[in-house]
Amino acid sequence: MLQDNTIPWRDYSLTGRDSGPSFAPKQWYSTPVPRKRMKELMKRRDAPALIDYGIWLGFVLATGALVILTWGTWWAVPSVILYGVFYGSCADSRWHECCHGTVFKTPWLNTAAYQLASFMSLKNPYLWRWSHTRHHTDTVIVGKDPEIAFPRPPHPLNILWNMLHLQSGWNELKKMFWLSAGRLTKDQKTFLIEADRSKAFLASRVHLAILAMTFALAMVLQSWLPIVLIGGPTFYGSWLHHLLASLQHAGLAEDVPDHRLNSRTVYMNWFFRFVYSNMNYHVEHHMYPMVPFYNLPALHEEIKVDCPPAYAGTMTAFREMLPAILIQRRDPFYFVDRKPLLPKDANPSPEYTRPTAIAAE
Amino acid sequence: MTNWTRACACDDIETEDLIRYDNGDRTFAIYRSPEDEFYCTDGLCTHEEVHLEDGLVIDHLIECPMHNGQFDYRTGEAKRSPVCVNLKTYPVKVEDGDVFIDIG
Repeated sequence: MLQDNTIPWRDYSLTGRDSGPSFAPKQWYSTPVPRKRMKELMKRRDAPALIDYGIWLGFVLATGALVILTWGTWWAVPSVILYGVFYGSCADSRWHECCHGTVFKTPWLNTAAYQLASFMSLKNPYLWRWSHTRHHTDTVIVGKDPEIAFPRPPHPLNILWNMLHLQSGWNELKKMFWLSAGRLTKDQKTFLIEADRSKAFLASRVHLAILAMTFALAMVLQSWLPIVLIGGPTFYGSWLHHLLASLQHAGLAEDVPDHRLNSRTVYMNWFFRFVYSNMNYHVEHHMYPMVPFYNLPALHEEIKVDCPPAYAGTMTAFREMLPAILIQRRDPFYFVDRKPLLPKDANPSPEYTRPTAIAAE
Repeated sequence: MTNWTRACACDDIETEDLIRYDNGDRTFAIYRSPEDEFYCTDGLCTHEEVHLEDGLVIDHLIECPMHNGQFDYRTGEAKRSPVCVNLKTYPVKVEDGDVFIDIG
């Protein structure tokens, strides 16, 4: 669908001309769910979380041992690939879940898992918590959301590099250096509160110290193995998570207060759902961020009659998303409009318009 | 100056849950704890003014439905990021099966 192309294209920075007012929380649409049912869905349980995290860490340790045992042989190649996915991709999705604090019933388990997964994905736990808070307040609102992965018009190399985590991995490393030095960018200052800044600096210093020790060990041993095991997997193993996560919002509408129109729910196979912590139910996650990942399939059943149909599979979603962002290279006003796909009995999407006049000052 | 106002019947709130109560242009959240005690706070989260009525009560905590920030609804104390500012609380009394709040 084409938008009005008489207006100049958008400024995605958080301090630029499009960083003006956004929608109020009550303007965002939510599919009504009976309170009793919602309480059941929001309930946290340690058991399913411990099983999931136990299996995950078990795979990390087992494949890590495999890497060590096969190092120096060709068998190390598949071992490293497997280890990278369990370390890099699984940690990225689990960082996100623990950021919401919804995974475990026991708070310290959630905090411990959050710190571990944050290091494994080289994300600063404080910076990203606040960045992600803003992402949920202003989902895909230009000039407000710091986590828009594919600003229009997308650069072809950015598309590829982002989908494989090459660019974003390097960006995280740069952030770590700057935060370790106690420096924040203008954009970061807009969402990271004063009280958490010193904690963010300390976390980055700890992450950097661990990476430095790993590098030193590699030098002493004259072997890449320590780097392949610690730190490295974030770069070479996060690709699967980023590939799946690229489907969350790319190519869909911007500046709409309705997650049914700016997010995708995609049916995925069990392995992808395990790696991705059920974030394929992304409309559901954004509409009700308090629901733990293990209850998202049930939430999907509750609200699907009010949403555009979920994508039948990962490839189906890519077949829509990839051409859309390629078209956006030529025509940044293009997007996939999901509004006509709302079921006929669904509640209509809110008609609010963002107050761009003030934003354009 | 006290201004006791009937907000709801005790039975209107399930144990370990909350309801919304509006009075004029003000909005409140009334809680029933696991010990069957009643509490009242401002209705809007101090972070981004999302109403707490759809939030989750966990023991003595209310979790905001938008960003999962938590308050102790007995004291209003902000307990989990991203909430940083405490929630205002109001005195509550129960008489003849009804909940009254002192909204001042």
